[in-house]
Amino acid sequence: VYLASVDRPAAGRTRTGGRIAANVLALGTVSLVTDVSSEMVSAILPLYLVVGLRLGPAVYGLVDGVYTGATALLRLVGGYVADRVRRRKLIAGLGYGMSAVAKAGLLAAGTSVPALAAVIVADRAGKGLRTAPRDALITLSTPPGRLGRAFGVHRAMDSAGAFAGPLVAVAVLAASGQAFDAVFVVSGCVAAIGVLVLILFVRDHRSPAPAAARVGPRAAAGLLRHGGVRMLLLGATLLGLATIGDGFVYLLLSRRADLATGWFPLLAVGTSLAYLVLAVPLGALADRIGRPKVFLGGYAALLTVYLLLGTAWGGLPALVTVLILYGVFYAATDGVLMALAGPLLPAELRTTGLALIQTGQALAYLVSSVLFGLAWQWWNVTGAIRAAAVAAALTLTVSAVVLLRRAPAEDAR
Amino acid sequence: MTPRHRALLAGAVSALLIAVAVGYVVVAGHRGPGPAAAGPVVDAGPGDRILFRSTAPGSYGRVGVVDRSSARTVSGVDCDRVYGAGGTVICLRPDGPLATYQLAVLDARLAVRDTYPLVGVPNRARVSPSGHVLAWTVFVTGDSYNGGRFSTRVGMLDTVTGQTVDTLEDFTVTRDGRRYRAADLNFWGVTFADDDHFYATMSTAGRRYLVAGDVAARTVRTLADNVECPSLSPDHRRIAFKAAIGGDPARGWRLSVLDLATMTRIPLAETRSVDDQAAWSGDGTVLYALRRGTRAADVWSVPADGTGTPAILIPDAESPAALRG
Repeated sequence: VYLASVDRPAAGRTRTGGRIAANVLALGTVSLVTDVSSEMVSAILPLYLVVGLRLGPAVYGLVDGVYTGATALLRLVGGYVADRVRRRKLIAGLGYGMSAVAKAGLLAAGTSVPALAAVIVADRAGKGLRTAPRDALITLSTPPGRLGRAFGVHRAMDSAGAFAGPLVAVAVLAASGQAFDAVFVVSGCVAAIGVLVLILFVRDHRSPAPAAARVGPRAAAGLLRHGGVRMLLLGATLLGLATIGDGFVYLLLSRRADLATGWFPLLAVGTSLAYLVLAVPLGALADRIGRPKVFLGGYAALLTVYLLLGTAWGGLPALVTVLILYGVFYAATDGVLMALAGPLLPAELRTTGLALIQTGQALAYLVSSVLFGLAWQWWNVTGAIRAAAVAAALTLTVSAVVLLRRAPAEDAR
Repeated sequence: MTPRHRALLAGAVSALLIAVAVGYVVVAGHRGPGPAAAGPVVDAGPGDRILFRSTAPGSYGRVGVVDRSSARTVSGVDCDRVYGAGGTVICLRPDGPLATYQLAVLDARLAVRDTYPLVGVPNRARVSPSGHVLAWTVFVTGDSYNGGRFSTRVGMLDTVTGQTVDTLEDFTVTRDGRRYRAADLNFWGVTFADDDHFYATMSTAGRRYLVAGDVAARTVRTLADNVECPSLSPDHRRIAFKAAIGGDPARGWRLSVLDLATMTRIPLAETRSVDDQAAWSGDGTVLYALRRGTRAADVWSVPADGTGTPAILIPDAESPAALRG
């Protein structure tokens, strides 16, 4: 189904009017298929470890909590290597391939906890490795003025896959009499299709080799001396500090709305749905009115979420409002940030630059989620969410000053 | 390669991969023990017997009992986790073909008295000695607050009064004598002293505690550090538990016994890592399951005083519960 939709524009090869580049659609298809595969496994992994292998709570935490830190470093190295050898498709392909092989590794690991942890690390490392080269390819395949919408389309396809994955997993479990290995085999086959689509339909952008000195450690470090890049990194990292994480938001929401625990997983589904629907229109809006405005608007939506969670407003209307706003936050920030960063970065160092900004955000989020947990412990739920709202208002103000200063230059482009 | 060739190649290889996936699902679907037959009547009432879950190929997942002479009777009832006491059996099992679970309350003949839907993936189950109060632990997915930490919930049900505890996280917690609040509280592995008093594991801030709880007062307080999955002896004087080696679960667990009067710990003779909530067979012997591969397990027994050697008590079985008279 997806292949047919990619083939037509790929055959056309022309980029006219408002068309989304064939390469972006191909990358979107790869992400869609890969997310079906990986979300299938994520959805049943706890089930497999606990019911299938009888692992106790502490081991589950151990396997589940393997580090974001290691993958953050790998993301940076991957981004730099992709630029250095000028093979973004190859590095992205390695990342996708690594995750596909990890699905088979889950079967091979058996009940060995270290082996299971290693396989899960490999899967996440693959994800870390592929994100920046993939986003760099999107920016290199799209005229700068249409980047917002291109990322919107890609992220919408990506979340459609994430949406379908758990449903496929449940269907496989039902059809196979609760056989976990069947889920892993199906997931592995689906991941292989994703790699196949990447190999056959995604085109690498191999610009003529720049002087070697231009892609070296010095040049990479030089990115930080570029005013625009530094401001964006600062703004994105500051705003990363304002995010407390999905888990906390949903937990607070379920308490506020007095939600029965059975509905808990549906909160994430609601957000994904809003993200899925809003990614393209908000991306297009960012192209029209300026990406910094939409990006900051996304964080304003997040601030509103915190403020609403800090009030006594409850019930279904509050729940729906918060989920839509949270979806707006994702749709207005995730892809838009990449669209904002792309044109600022020199083409030969684009992957490194994107990886740097993604890593800055991820590490800031790690810090803020830990701080939020501590705040919750020191005060209480209300105190913690109010502190988060204050922090979000502060970082939003500073980032607005930093990012909007660049806005006229970008709009003039 | 022309775009047409590329599309053909992609179509052909994808079709092959999908065929492999579908074929595997179909084969896996025909591997189970077959439809539940009306098995022989099993007596799970009080007596000198041990209740278990079979992992033998022909009766995988079925509940059975062995008596003193090791005679094994396996019923037609499927459970993922089972425990029994006082004529009541708790059975955690899949609810329909989808990945949801239910708690089934069974009588001494394993007939279903009642079922309740469970939210999350079931992990531990216990019944109070009277057979009146049930407790269970589930993993709740999508509820990980912080960088992928796991989250567990303990629920309780009094089958006589109908009163329920949704989650122990709502109880008032006293840690080391002081009131304690935290977002990262997790509870698992309840063991009952009576219908109102219990012990369990509480984890917070990376540490795992033994807690004593009171259902009526809705309180828990910490008693000791590094005690997981407690199991109270029939004489209420000792607790069998798994101790993380060096306090680090990554290094595995040593099955141990804690004396509640002196708070001294004795490591038992089992040196392999035991990741299970143990059960007592009389006051002198501890029972536990050890995995053998991804599906099979055996129930082992070892003296509770640190002497002797472990021995297989019930082959191809797990989830042991001694049904005392």
